[in-house]
Amino acid sequence: MMVQKRSLSSRLKPYAAGVIALIIVIWAFSGIEFKGMKDSAGQILGAIFAGLFNPDWSYVYSGHGEDLISALFETLAIAFLGTIISSFIAVPFAFWAAKTSKKFSVRSTTGKFLLTLIRVFPELVLAIMFIKAVGPGAFAGVLAMGVHSIGMMGKLFSEAIENIDRGPEEAIISAGGNRLDALSWATLPAVLPEFINFTLYRFEIAVRSASILGIVGAGGVGAPLIFALSNRSWSRVGIILIGIILMVTVIDWLSGAIRKHLLK
Amino acid sequence: MNKSIPKRPFMKEWHVTGFTVFLLLFIAVVLSAQATQVGQDFSMEQFADLWIKMANPDWSYLPRVLTPLAQTVQMAIVGTLIGGIAAIPFAFLAASNIVRNAFVRGIIRFVMNLIRSIPQMLLAALFVAVVGIGTLSGVLALAVFSFGMMFKLLYEAIETVDQGPIEAMRAAGGKRSQVIVFAVIPQVLNQYLSFFLYTLEINVRASAVLGYLGAGGIGLYLNTTLDTFRYDQTSVVILAILVVIVLVDALSNKLREALS
Repeated sequence: MMVQKRSLSSRLKPYAAGVIALIIVIWAFSGIEFKGMKDSAGQILGAIFAGLFNPDWSYVYSGHGEDLISALFETLAIAFLGTIISSFIAVPFAFWAAKTSKKFSVRSTTGKFLLTLIRVFPELVLAIMFIKAVGPGAFAGVLAMGVHSIGMMGKLFSEAIENIDRGPEEAIISAGGNRLDALSWATLPAVLPEFINFTLYRFEIAVRSASILGIVGAGGVGAPLIFALSNRSWSRVGIILIGIILMVTVIDWLSGAIRKHLLK
Repeated sequence: MNKSIPKRPFMKEWHVTGFTVFLLLFIAVVLSAQATQVGQDFSMEQFADLWIKMANPDWSYLPRVLTPLAQTVQMAIVGTLIGGIAAIPFAFLAASNIVRNAFVRGIIRFVMNLIRSIPQMLLAALFVAVVGIGTLSGVLALAVFSFGMMFKLLYEAIETVDQGPIEAMRAAGGKRSQVIVFAVIPQVLNQYLSFFLYTLEINVRASAVLGYLGAGGIGLYLNTTLDTFRYDQTSVVILAILVVIVLVDALSNKLREALS
């Protein structure tokens, strides 16, 4: 019995892909300067680790607002408010972008494009722009977070809308209900758990990004960290890093537990 | 027959859970609003001025940003590659169907969880402080981030492979290395490549702003144009970033579809 030989092009395909990948990788490495490392790099790395193990405990709580606890609280507040705001604004965007029929629809295409635009616009740039408007501080961070999160939540929400069972909606319409009835009695109850799930998920991400907004002066724990880094006070860097890691871990765990409970 | 409908329990009748959650959320909103001083004056003038300047991009600036733009993509590729390859052995060590020792798995997962909880930009800030300004610190930050992320995706993929081939290999007396090479890797290879592309997408986005901290790439130009109030140049930088991100996303999506 003869084994059917695959055509030449289909046999060559994996090799061609490999060669292209190799060329891309070589090109990528050509752009990186691997020298230029500071002589003191090892020393500083050691100092950071020493700081992690001998953190500056006095910074944790000082009682007059310039401490780690209040910086972390501010970070959480930025993430929380930003996420809450955009979870509401994202809903109309989600209905705009949801592709609910097989045919090409101008509505859904423009909506999806707009959401992509919002999503890929760098959050830090947004924060800088809002700082120009409201001045440096946590408020600018809240605004940046609130606008930026719409992109991702709008996308996730619209996918949730696309995936629901359309039966209940049609039942309400055919029983004489109008579209508002269908929306409030069939669509929203079906998508709400998903919306809450995605909002919590986005909150986890928001906590991470809120902790870096301080780099541009938009509030949160990022600013004291940058100060400590440039002042080379490594024990301060250590305690702030520990604080951030702890905060992120606790929030991930909490949010994960709530999401598991919700989706049961 | 008792005609009255059964009474709902107190908790449900008055929606205690719902109201409590709502109240807690409301208190959290108020507290957060106080902490972040929401409601400062919003200077529409300044904000509009910014957008008007940005709406007239200075296209003559474009040639200057092309090299750093390419560098941004290069950093993302190298970072993802280093992190993605380094993650492979650890992912195998953390998978319960490869390593039976729960203690080893627990330790590795714990350390990796810690690494994953550090935001990318913080890694970049740390690496800039350690190795100095330049693309190397950006690559290292992206590599550490990819390491944590690829590790998680990969070990979960390894744990959910079809157990049949593994059992067959073991029953036939295969060593652990043989089980990995002949039973596990063929099952997860495509997923691994797909995770790689997904991580690359995220890294391109991150890489575009890393330069703001001095970690190489186009972010530096974001910083300088904003600092010198040349918003017409800023918008060129942002548009260039957007085009690259959209292109990389589209390409990566196509490849991932082909892989699955």
